Amino acid sequence: MSRISTCFSELRKSHRKALIPFVTAGDPEPSCTVPLLHAMVGAGADMIELGVPFSDPMADGPAIQRSSERALRHGVSLRDVINMVRQFSEDDRKTPVILMGYLNPVEVMGYARFAKAARAAGVDGVLVVDLPPEEADELTHVLIKHHLDPVFLLAPTTNDMRLEAICRAARGFVYYVSLKGVTGSTRLDVVDVKLRLSHIRSKTQLPIGVGFGIKDAESAARIAAFSDAVIVGSALVERMGALAKRPDKIEGEVTTFLKGLRRAIDAA
Amino acid sequence: MPIPDVGLSAASPRRDASHSEGRRSSTTLPDARGHFGPYGGRFVAETLMGPLEVLQEAYERHTRDPKFIAELNEELRHYVGRPSPLYHARRLSERYRGGQIYLKREDLNHTGAHKINNTVGQALLAQRMGKTRIIAETGAGQHGVAAATVAARLGLTCVVYMGARDIQRQSINVYRMKLLGAEVISVESGSKTLKDALNEAMRDWVTNVDDTFYIIGSVAGPHPYPAMVRDFQAVIGREARQQCLEQTGRLPEALVACVGGGSNALGLFYPFIGDANVAMYGVEAAGDGIETGHHAASLCAGRSGVLHGNRTYLLEDENGQILETHSIAAGLDYPGVGPEHAWLKDTGRVHYVAISDEEVLDAFHGLTLAEGIIPALESSHALAYAARLSPELGRDAMIVVNLSGRGDKDIQTVAAREGIHL
Repeated sequence: MSRISTCFSELRKSHRKALIPFVTAGDPEPSCTVPLLHAMVGAGADMIELGVPFSDPMADGPAIQRSSERALRHGVSLRDVINMVRQFSEDDRKTPVILMGYLNPVEVMGYARFAKAARAAGVDGVLVVDLPPEEADELTHVLIKHHLDPVFLLAPTTNDMRLEAICRAARGFVYYVSLKGVTGSTRLDVVDVKLRLSHIRSKTQLPIGVGFGIKDAESAARIAAFSDAVIVGSALVERMGALAKRPDKIEGEVTTFLKGLRRAIDAA
Repeated sequence: MPIPDVGLSAASPRRDASHSEGRRSSTTLPDARGHFGPYGGRFVAETLMGPLEVLQEAYERHTRDPKFIAELNEELRHYVGRPSPLYHARRLSERYRGGQIYLKREDLNHTGAHKINNTVGQALLAQRMGKTRIIAETGAGQHGVAAATVAARLGLTCVVYMGARDIQRQSINVYRMKLLGAEVISVESGSKTLKDALNEAMRDWVTNVDDTFYIIGSVAGPHPYPAMVRDFQAVIGREARQQCLEQTGRLPEALVACVGGGSNALGLFYPFIGDANVAMYGVEAAGDGIETGHHAASLCAGRSGVLHGNRTYLLEDENGQILETHSIAAGLDYPGVGPEHAWLKDTGRVHYVAISDEEVLDAFHGLTLAEGIIPALESSHALAYAARLSPELGRDAMIVVNLSGRGDKDIQTVAAREGIHL
């Protein structure tokens, strides 16, 4: 059983929902990331989603685009991101880490080299945003061979045929994109998400995380009421962006924000 | 003289391939999932997978409908002004001291470039699909203008995404789009050029997918765009092939076209792919020279990767980040290229070469003085390569150059480059 699956089954036993924060590796500066990951765990994160910066983040809204640009100004590469995970997992052997990014940097590194290095560094899952299952056979095979969970997206526009295929290909959990739009959109319709999730549950046993558009403690609590995990990215990254010139303040700000989400989710 | 067929000849490229002999297997590509060999495909976030399937189904269904084809042909004939002439440029041929240069005059189309062949097709499809809003990305502004034009013609709302840097370089086209009723949104992210405009248009589409049709301007993007844009542009090559036969009784020795994303080139090449004796040359932008790194020659100097929904040749750094490109021609300033070109390069069917900004300016002036035709800087890349190729082929050779657009939009760029204040 992967650490992601173990994490979800332990949470389920204690009737708790996972809080999964997303940050872009190297934002605003490479030295910030590892201490920030530890601080997020301290503030109640159950797993970490770590963004691999890319020059053309087509599925992301302005907040995450800008975080990518800040990281790329420091030349943060996929190899650097893997090294950050290695440093993090030297002191935290429990918290699962999921890398989230776009395919091209992985292609350049090579699937097998990437999977081997990521696994050795302590990565648990990989979500490649622009790699739908139709194109993913080869990478999925390599990831599973190296004991990494391939995580896939489901969207409001996913039909049943593809829903079933995606659930068959996925490991660890599936990530439900809560709205038609990019990350950080403001159109979250909780009632609609709830309906979709009950439909997805009729097709798979995998835990379901929900992301895109969860902005605050209130929306996190409402989504947590029927999902297995709440994923918060843009709202967090936006707060970091506002403090990009004062990176010493970031840990405190992120900790306060995540603690608020944690309390709201646990009370839901 | 009979007028060549315009529009999709009852549409399906597979059917198109079947009624002419000696076609190579590449004319039946892409496969069902949009692959041209290892290239192409559909590399997008999950939210767009459903809409792309819907688009593909609608495209295949409507282009099998004789009424749709008739409507498209009507628009191409009376609104765009097709067929465009194939013009024997005798004085230019003399100047090049070699073969006979024939210009496929896409510059004479309404709006002044080949781009409108595709926007008319996609906008009619949008209308059939019940979409009321169209969006487009643009680099030089030619595709944006062509999209805004058909939107005005059909009464559709139009939003054009354009990089902030391109907006500065192409202010006249920005104003043209606004006159046509389009909203032009300045894209401030990334390198603020065409690739970023495409990212932003994709973000718009994913957000407004219910009422919005995204008109991609080149043979790029996720399946079915590369095949769909090629099919709408293939009218160029179908006409040219027939016009060659009518005017000279034979097929040309060579075809030459510029390649940014590659839609005018593929439009010309595609109907000739099975004609093994017709050589084809795709001309990329070498900018300041490939060795300087300031260029946009993804086929000549790039490698395989994934960007904007497809696998193709890209200009990227050692970490897989996409590089900024340079060309004097804003319409070629793109770090990728249509996936079918990647395949045609690997199979050797098309030769890809690159021409520097300096040679482009020579070719620009050359055609202007020899024939009284001011070419777009994009098309001037093709002319510059034809000038090199022509003496090698000899006086009897026939060379068709795709004059993909007119140069009015570039006059300020040329003047500035030559230190002239207008």
